[in-house]
Amino acid sequence: MGRITLDKVTKKFGDVEVIPPLDLTIEDGEFVVFVGPSGCGKSTLLRLIAGLEDVSGGEIRIDGKPATDLPPAKRGLAMVFQSYALYPHMSVRKNIAFPMKMAGMPEDEQKRRIDNAARALNLTDYLDRRPGQLSGGQRQRVAIGRAIVREPAAFLFDEPLSNLDAALRVGMRMEISELHKKLDTTMIYVTHDQVEAMTMADKIVVLRAGNIEQVGSPLELYRNPRNTFVAGFIGSPKMNLIDGAEAKKHSAETIGVRPEHIDVSPSEGTWKGRIGVAEHLGSDTFFHVHDTGLAETITIRAGGEVGLHHGDTVFLTPQADKLHRFDGQGLRIA
Amino acid sequence: MATQHSRSAARIMISPAVVLLLAWMIVPLALTIYFSLLRYNLLMPGTERFVGLLNYKLFFNNPAFFTALINTLLLVGGVLIITVVGGILLAILLDQPIWGQGIVRILVIAPFFVMPTVSALVWKNMFMNPVSGLFAEFSKAVGLAPFDFLSQAPLASIIGIVSWQWLPFATLILLTAIQSLDSEQMEAAEMDGASALSRFWYITLPHLSRAITVVILIQTIFLLSVFAEILVTTNGGPGNASTNLTYLVYARSLLNFDVGGGSAGGVVAIILANIVAIFLMRMIGKNLDA
Repeated sequence: MGRITLDKVTKKFGDVEVIPPLDLTIEDGEFVVFVGPSGCGKSTLLRLIAGLEDVSGGEIRIDGKPATDLPPAKRGLAMVFQSYALYPHMSVRKNIAFPMKMAGMPEDEQKRRIDNAARALNLTDYLDRRPGQLSGGQRQRVAIGRAIVREPAAFLFDEPLSNLDAALRVGMRMEISELHKKLDTTMIYVTHDQVEAMTMADKIVVLRAGNIEQVGSPLELYRNPRNTFVAGFIGSPKMNLIDGAEAKKHSAETIGVRPEHIDVSPSEGTWKGRIGVAEHLGSDTFFHVHDTGLAETITIRAGGEVGLHHGDTVFLTPQADKLHRFDGQGLRIA
Repeated sequence: MATQHSRSAARIMISPAVVLLLAWMIVPLALTIYFSLLRYNLLMPGTERFVGLLNYKLFFNNPAFFTALINTLLLVGGVLIITVVGGILLAILLDQPIWGQGIVRILVIAPFFVMPTVSALVWKNMFMNPVSGLFAEFSKAVGLAPFDFLSQAPLASIIGIVSWQWLPFATLILLTAIQSLDSEQMEAAEMDGASALSRFWYITLPHLSRAITVVILIQTIFLLSVFAEILVTTNGGPGNASTNLTYLVYARSLLNFDVGGGSAGGVVAIILANIVAIFLMRMIGKNLDA
């Protein structure tokens, strides 16, 4: 069980309020991702939930029980740190056993749980090694193993994949998602990488300067961003946000259209432009289109092997039903 | 330093320094060994002659030798225990964020800058003196008879003085080591349910092991040759109660003018120091391999 409720939680460092009053409910078994640019308070929020920082106001409840003043160990949460925070002088086995040893669990139960975790995480052959002798991915798995054996109410991940190389990151992403499906335990995951957020989350919480900008499933955020910030942050490559006269035509201050929702034609369309840089990904190609008469460079997505080149003239037409309109405050116009 | 060429170039480059250091070490050592085999007393000039191992035999048969040996080990061991334990505790205290941290740290380090003769004199005359010392004043204030530290407990007093001098060194090294401890590790241990005491035992102490090794090795080298503190306070007495090997060698060669006997004592001291060093490296040196 792991239903976590934040009720008007605030955090101040001295006079600086990093988290203004914030309400959030995380349902049992949910995979929630906190995402936002660096310095947006997402790690602080996680540390407040973990109990590693004291809240300045408000209340945290775990399974309905007030946990605001409980020390971290008593909250029944397990955390995986960005640096893994393994104990370097202990073997993998002892690292994984540490929380159970601290809880005074019987030896045979400890052994059973270590063996289970090691099997689930492919660590059986490494149990007697020191963390220093493991690769980054293996260390990551040890850190997860140390969290699993406690059978916590919820897992907290603080940017766990940022120290891994790109290939390993994709692999670990899958492993963590699979682990969530298997354990069915609440997981809270902090990242600045919107791809991680989109691929893993049941629910994404987009944060900016300590404020929650929007909460929703990945596709909800993709389809109906509540404001220009979320619109620009979710989705890769970024949504084209266009101000000025073109937006006025749609009776909005800003309009947004995603690169994948622009039709490209060699002969006719709304905007005429010249192709700049092309990014070939194989499956897709992203073109940056200049000189459309708009202030912004427009990014478009085309098929992988479309025959367009630097300097070619193209016509672009945004798909009308996929157009997002925002008002002067950057809020969505329904 | 990968190729054969660069390796031999490096060897040629450092050879002058190595030769110089070698000569610097070998000449005094050879002379000491040479003197230790002579009958060489400054009161009887011109009678120097080769006596074989007689000086060594006399030195070992001297009842003061074993007292001095035991005293040396007690002094080294006692100071090491006090400074390492005290150093760890002080380092943990100083690592806490407190107001005036910088000044407190400088105050803690200050004793290390006082030269041994001076600090021993200060302790002898201002603290431990049974008539005018501060400790005597305290005793009198609570109605006790003043305790004459340097004649009642001479070795313990010297251990106290030397510990006071070396505590800053241990604290300094251990403090830097504590500061290099990854805070996420401590937080992880906190999440794992470790109490403050278990965090110290399972995380901090293992992290400090290498620094503790360094402190023990370096201090042992210097503590084996403690001299000034003894000379200034007790002169090795009463009797031989606070005579260590260094002081015994000094007494032999300069108070008795027996250069031969003093040299033999010096050679014995070198051998003993090396035995201690070998044991030390065996026991704790493996901590230094990463």
